[in-house]
This record gives sequence, structure tokens and C-alpha cells, in this order.
Amino acid sequence: MSTLEIKDLHVSIETEQGTKEILKGVSLTIKTGETHAIMGPNGSGKSTLASTIAGHPRYNVTRGTITLDGEDVLAMSVDQRARAGVFLAMQYPVEVPGVTMTNFLRTAKTAIDGEAPALRTWTKDVKAAMQQLRIDADFAQRNVNEGFSGGEKKRVEILQLELFKPKFAVLDETDSGLDVDALKVVSEGVNRAHATGNMGTLLITHYTRILRYIKPDFVHVFVDGQVVEEGGPELADRLEEEGYDRYATGAGAATIAAATAAQA
Amino acid sequence: MTEITTEKARIGAPSAHPFIDGFTEEGENLSPVNTGTNTSSTSEKTSAQAPSAGPLAGASAKSHSHGGGVGIPDSSRAGRLTSYKLADFKPLTGLEEDWRFTPLKRLRGLHNEVLSGSAPSVAVTAPEGVVVETVGRDDVRIGSAAIPEDRVSANAWENFTEATVITVPAELQLDGEVSVLLTGTSTEASAQHIVIVAGRFSKSRIVLDHQGSAIVSENVEILVEDGADLTVISLQEWNDDAVHASSQQAKLGRDAKFKHIVVSLGGDVVRMTPSTRFTAPGAEAEMFGLYFADAGQHLEQRLFVDHAVANCKSRVLYKGALQGRNAHTVWVGDVLIRKEAEGTDSYEANRNLVLTDGARADSVPNLEIETGLIEGAGHASATGRFDDEHLFYLMARGIPEDVARRLVVRGFLNEIIQQIKVPELEERLTEAVERELAASDN
Repeated sequence: MSTLEIKDLHVSIETEQGTKEILKGVSLTIKTGETHAIMGPNGSGKSTLASTIAGHPRYNVTRGTITLDGEDVLAMSVDQRARAGVFLAMQYPVEVPGVTMTNFLRTAKTAIDGEAPALRTWTKDVKAAMQQLRIDADFAQRNVNEGFSGGEKKRVEILQLELFKPKFAVLDETDSGLDVDALKVVSEGVNRAHATGNMGTLLITHYTRILRYIKPDFVHVFVDGQVVEEGGPELADRLEEEGYDRYATGAGAATIAAATAAQA
Repeated sequence: MTEITTEKARIGAPSAHPFIDGFTEEGENLSPVNTGTNTSSTSEKTSAQAPSAGPLAGASAKSHSHGGGVGIPDSSRAGRLTSYKLADFKPLTGLEEDWRFTPLKRLRGLHNEVLSGSAPSVAVTAPEGVVVETVGRDDVRIGSAAIPEDRVSANAWENFTEATVITVPAELQLDGEVSVLLTGTSTEASAQHIVIVAGRFSKSRIVLDHQGSAIVSENVEILVEDGADLTVISLQEWNDDAVHASSQQAKLGRDAKFKHIVVSLGGDVVRMTPSTRFTAPGAEAEMFGLYFADAGQHLEQRLFVDHAVANCKSRVLYKGALQGRNAHTVWVGDVLIRKEAEGTDSYEANRNLVLTDGARADSVPNLEIETGLIEGAGHASATGRFDDEHLFYLMARGIPEDVARRLVVRGFLNEIIQQIKVPELEERLTEAVERELAASDN
């Protein structure tokens, strides 16, 4: 049983207009076996939370802590966090030139486990995982994400999730841009990883659609860098009907209305 | 990001459209290298020109042209001036099409001084049967495969005192390779001349291994006789202060097979101008290149494939990595498919990987096609960046930073290294590439 604990997290970024605070005191505790959904309108800071957990250099933590079983995650480099068991399925996976998927997956698995995977079982595992996610076998020989469609990139993120077996998975809008079939395939992958019982999931999404396939234990509503409401799965149902409108205050209202309209 | 723009044989095709994110298209004569303007911190530039837009030889070139003729436009590679006489080439200003990227000030006199310094020493290790000779200027084999195409090459031709001739006799099949170690010990401008003759139906592999410090203009003549199969590998692992211009011209006979591999890692300025000329049908040429420029280095490669006869095949692939401030690479690939060259099959590509800010890769594929009766002709160029987002992606999968960089660069360049097929050499170059990476890590 592991615990990922986020306490009073404040995060800012440098922009041309100066320093901008995006997260304004976020606290969350995720335990192994739990699925937490973070929902909110555009610009509410959901993705910032995901990137900050993974250690993206763009985001400066000005206050608060993130710990994994008591270990200070913020003191770790990006690769150390991954090796400690944090996995971020990215919203926009980048294309990496010159590195084949096969080579990449093996190198990453070796780095995470601290030893090279047994070649025969590894090859079999990769093949099987690819098949389940309906990824063509020839992707193994292609460069990482190079020329992949949006949906293919997301599937490859979940492929990594299944192969690397992290303690905590942060899924940053993995559902965005997926059609229903792809959404099902990706959700099944997440559910398989979750079913091992060794993983906690932080599911970040703009829409409630994915929650039909991945059942959250907790739902947190994010508005303007803060959690404004928390509840069980029933909160997601309510959001599905009502959208983010009732959280709207001041300048944020227009964005929220637009987001809700897009969802409907 | 390293998608390739491809233009199939289309006469007068427009320049590659800048439809790939991160790509910029460059017009003519924008290079600030020789115009005195300050180099901006351009991190990458790719330019691709269609035949109609590529002025490969200026108006001045026509007056002495040996290869051209009536009706050959100035813009055609066929119109390029070629001559054994230095005096036929005008002094360089740096604005000439074929010198516009080269920092003339750093050529240390190769273009405007008498090349009287002592050339790098030549030590040849060859399997039995190979004939190695040192000959004077009047040897009949001098001029059998090459004729200078630029002033620096002509300067070397005018000034060399002796040449090394390596002959692989007809039908000799070599197991091991011929190793030619060229060691520079002088920093006075010098001239070098090497002639390689691959006899009929012979099979051989020759390594030109450039090391040490030198200021040298080199002409390498390569004669690949009918049915011969020759691989020439030219390694430039010079010291940091070396300046090297090398014209390596190959002439291919009927059904000849020629593979040329250039690997440029060291030196201050290295300018390679390899060319392949088909003189009889049925021949095949493969030209590969690998270059890794670090801070301040200028590595330039200008290729020419002359499809002058029917039914020949050529493949060109050059890959370069750049790292550090003012690392500059240039790749210009000219492919000319003449009217007579029906049934030609040709493809050339250049790919660059920019690893840090402040480096610049110029890439210009030129394709001229004078007949439509060909198998295929294509060219491609792509310049991609390895940036913080790539690094973040790999590190977010547990891969440490140094491993991530190695993974990317090794993967990218290995495609060329594995063409060498000499295990010790492949190993040595893989290590050399990783040293390059490590050197600029800080």
C-alpha cells in the first residue's frame, strides 16, 4: 500500500507578463487501489497539477509538498520520480527522433526496474500489451510517437502504463481527442492496470465521458487552481447534467460556459 | 518532427512547402557567413530548392566551362566550371553559390595561398596484392578520374608534388580493408593527392583515416572500373585546429558498384565535396555521410551525382547532429539526371538533428531532371530538434538525462555507422560520437 500525498501545493509559471500563479493551494491524498478523478474547466490548473507531479521544469512550486510514502517527490529529478513509481500519461506526447519504440520501451523498463527485463518474456509482454491496445505490430519498429495519430499516441501512453507498472498513474486528459472506440480501448487498458491492485490513479479530464468506462472512487472539481468541491462518483453524474456553470464566478464564467457547451 | 519532405520527379517543382512545424524555408543568399552581417542565433534552418531555383553556377562560370555547352543554363550543375588550372577560377569572395556557406576567413589560405606546406603523411596498410605507389605529377593516372570543380581543389592540383596511387588489380577480391592513415603534423597550407584505382571485377574496401592537425586541400581520384565493387570510407577525426577541404571524385564504369561513406567529427573547418559520375550503364552508387558538429565547428558537405548515362542507380543519405553555440553544418546535394540518362533510379536525403540552441544546419537538396523516362528520382530534407520537451518525455519514463541524449543520438546516427561493415571501425566511431556528446554536455 502506497500513498501519494499533495499538501497545500502552490505552483506558478513565468510568462511574458511576469509570474503567474496557477495552483493556489491544492491538497489531495491518493492511495493504492483508488481512482481519483480531477475535473474542471479549461485553464483551471488540472494539467499543471499533472506536470508538476512529474517534475516538468516549467512549473515552479512556491509552497507546499508532494510526498510518496513520506519521500519528498519535489526533491527528486524527473527520472527519479519515474523510477520511484510515478507515471504521467501525457496530454501531448512528443515525437522522439531516432529512437525506436522497441529500444525506448526496453531502455525505460530497464531504468525503472534497475535491471534489464528478461528478453524473451519482455518481447512477449510487449507484443501482448500492444495487441490488447490494438496497436499495430509494426509500431515497435517506428520511432517513438513519430507520425502517430493523436489516438495512437494516447494508446502508446497506456501501453507504457501497462508495461512499466507504476505505483501511481497520472492520466492527463488521456481521453481528449479520442473517438468512442479508442476511448474504450484506452479505458480497458487503464482498468487492467488498475485491476492488479498495485496502482493508484489520478484521472484528469475535462469531460465526464471517460467516467462511464473508468469508475472513480473520488471526484474533485478544480476551478481556478483550487479544489472547489469533492465527492464520490455521484458528483460526476451531477457534473454531467449541470456542467461547471454553478462554479462560475467572475471572469472565469465565459470559459466555463463555453466548455460546457462543447461538452453538450 | 523529423518527417521528411519528399518531392518525386517533377520538373520545375516548387520548393518544399514549409508545412512541417518547426521548419523554416530559406531563400537565396541569406547566409550571413560571408556577407559580414552578424549571425543571428538561428537554431535551425532548412532550405530546399527546386532545380529551377538553384543557381548552381554564376555567370562567371560559363566562360571556362568544360562540362557544359551551348544551351546549358547557368543555373544547371552541368554548367559548373571545371579546370585543372587554378588561374581559371576567380578569387573567391564568399558570395559564390558554392562558397556562400563557407567561412573563407577560417580556410587559412587554402583558397588564396600557394599550398607549399608539408601535407599529412600517408601510411598505407594493405592486404596482399594491392599495389601502393608514390608517384610524381606526370604519372598517367593523375587526372584519370577527376577534374577540379572549385578554386580550392584546383589550388591543390596546381601545388601537389607527389601523389599516392593505390591500385586494386583486376579480379582481386579483398577480405580485409586497405587502411590509409593520413596524419597531419604541420599547420601550413598544403596540398594532397590520392588516386584509387579499383580494377575490373575487383572487390575492395579502402579507409582514408584523417588525423592530427593540418591545413590541407586534398584531391582524391577514384576510378571504379567495369564490374568493380569498391567502398571508400573517409574519416575526418582531426584535431580541433585542422582545416580540410577534400574533393573526392569517383568515375564509375559499366556495372560498377561504388559505396562512399564520409564521417566528419573533428576539425575546425571541414568541407567535403564528394561526387559520383556514371560513365557507362548498369552502375550503382551509394553515398552516405555522418557529421557531428560541436561548438564553433563548421562541417560542410556538397555532393554531386552525375547521371550522364542510362540505367544507373544512386542513393544518398547524410545525417548530421549539431550541438553547441555556432556549430554549423551544411549539406548541399546536387543530383543531375541528363537527357541521356533514361532508366535512372535516384534518391537523396539529408536529415539533421539539432541538439542545442545556437547551432545551425543548412540543407539544400537540388534535383535536376532532363528526361522523364526514368525509374524514379526523389529528394528529401528534414531538420529536427532535440529539445527540453523530448528530454522531459524520456526522463519522465525513468531514463536519466545522459542516457536519454545518447539514446537519441546513437539511434539517429547508427543508420550510417552500420553501413561501414568494419566492426572495429564501427565501434571506434560509436565511441567517438559518444565522446562528442559528452564533450559538450556541460
